[in-house]
Amino acid sequence: MTKIELQINGKLVCFESESRTHLGDFLRETMNLTGTHLGCEHGVCGACTVEINGAPARSCIQFAASCAGYEIRTIEDFGDDEVMMQLRDAFSKEHALQCGFCTPGMLITARDIVLRLSELTSPDDEARIRNELSGNLCRCTGYQGIVQAIQSVLRLRAMKVKNDH
Amino acid sequence: MKSAPFTLSAPVNLEEAIASFREGGMYSKFIAGSQSLGPMLNLRLSQPDNLISLRNLPDLREVTDVGDSIFIGAGITHAEIEDKKILDPSRGLMASVAANIAYRAVRNFGTIGGSLAHADPASDWVNLMQLLDAKFLIVGSYGEREVTSNDFMQAAFTTCLKEDEILLGVKIRKLSVKAKFAYFKFCRKVGEFAEAIGAVLVDPELGIKRAIIGATAGTPFLIKNIDAVINGQTGAMNEALLEAGCNDDYEYQMHKTALERALTQAKL
Repeated sequence: MTKIELQINGKLVCFESESRTHLGDFLRETMNLTGTHLGCEHGVCGACTVEINGAPARSCIQFAASCAGYEIRTIEDFGDDEVMMQLRDAFSKEHALQCGFCTPGMLITARDIVLRLSELTSPDDEARIRNELSGNLCRCTGYQGIVQAIQSVLRLRAMKVKNDH
Repeated sequence: MKSAPFTLSAPVNLEEAIASFREGGMYSKFIAGSQSLGPMLNLRLSQPDNLISLRNLPDLREVTDVGDSIFIGAGITHAEIEDKKILDPSRGLMASVAANIAYRAVRNFGTIGGSLAHADPASDWVNLMQLLDAKFLIVGSYGEREVTSNDFMQAAFTTCLKEDEILLGVKIRKLSVKAKFAYFKFCRKVGEFAEAIGAVLVDPELGIKRAIIGATAGTPFLIKNIDAVINGQTGAMNEALLEAGCNDDYEYQMHKTALERALTQAKL
């Protein structure tokens, strides 16, 4: 057992856990934050993607005990987040989900794309968005709706920036 | 898909990390970003008794200008290289290669040193370091040593690192403005490990002329008859591909095309 002290969704958490417990299991089973989904558990499918220290990361191949002192944000913490609200609306409008299993990870990755690559507003940028999205697997949608949703948020935000000036 | 049990220690300096390896006579392994060893542990392909996390070691995060070269600490992440947050000896080559390693969520934590120590033949850094003729700085209980890229990786998933040694980082020569290079890889899906890699680097000012065939069953293959291959002599390329172990038709064709595309893209 290892003592873990880390910040989860803005709260300092102190817990005892087995060293081998990965962060995804810790979030779901100890913290009851079941919005983070576990698919492949070896870093390929992207369903477990959360934000660690401000950047998206796989929670299934990180051990919770190695995350001492880190700040973790799961999908549950983005209720009032501006970009996430825009993405949720766009995902709904563009039919970017069906079963919803990949959606928490998709949204974390989509938010990173929107904030880090805000210049991808041209229709020609679709390939790059698909490339950036390649680490999150969706077996329902065929990705078209997800890509359109992300593109619409990128355009919406670019428009807002333009209008604000 | 859960790792076998292990104990975890998180030393805060190199001495402590090397010393903790010897404690208790257990089978220990070093771990950094957890993006290669993490999956191996979950798949139970690796079952150490003890994991020693190198995450908190400031020594591995150093990047320094050492005259004609740049030293890049083993703990620098792929994303930091992709985002050009560190000094670049390679005139953008390292950033462009880093940008195509796995996925952003992996690049945010995966480290250059961890990938090199893991030594998957299809990973990008082992191939690029061979192309760039990097020097590997290694530290152990006796002190430090430096090895060439030729000597570092010995076979698939096998390096010259002794079990209690830690890779400190790599030293890479600064390319000149006249350097021309290209790195091409085939992946079945974006972000997957490469099926075949071809890469070339020519820097007339530094007298560097290298090309590699990568993602083979073994170490990155440095082409010996480089002038003939650059000049497009099919016999020389055929010889190199066979020597690199591309024996069946599929392997041969994939690696040949990867190398040809790299040679074309480099515009030598």
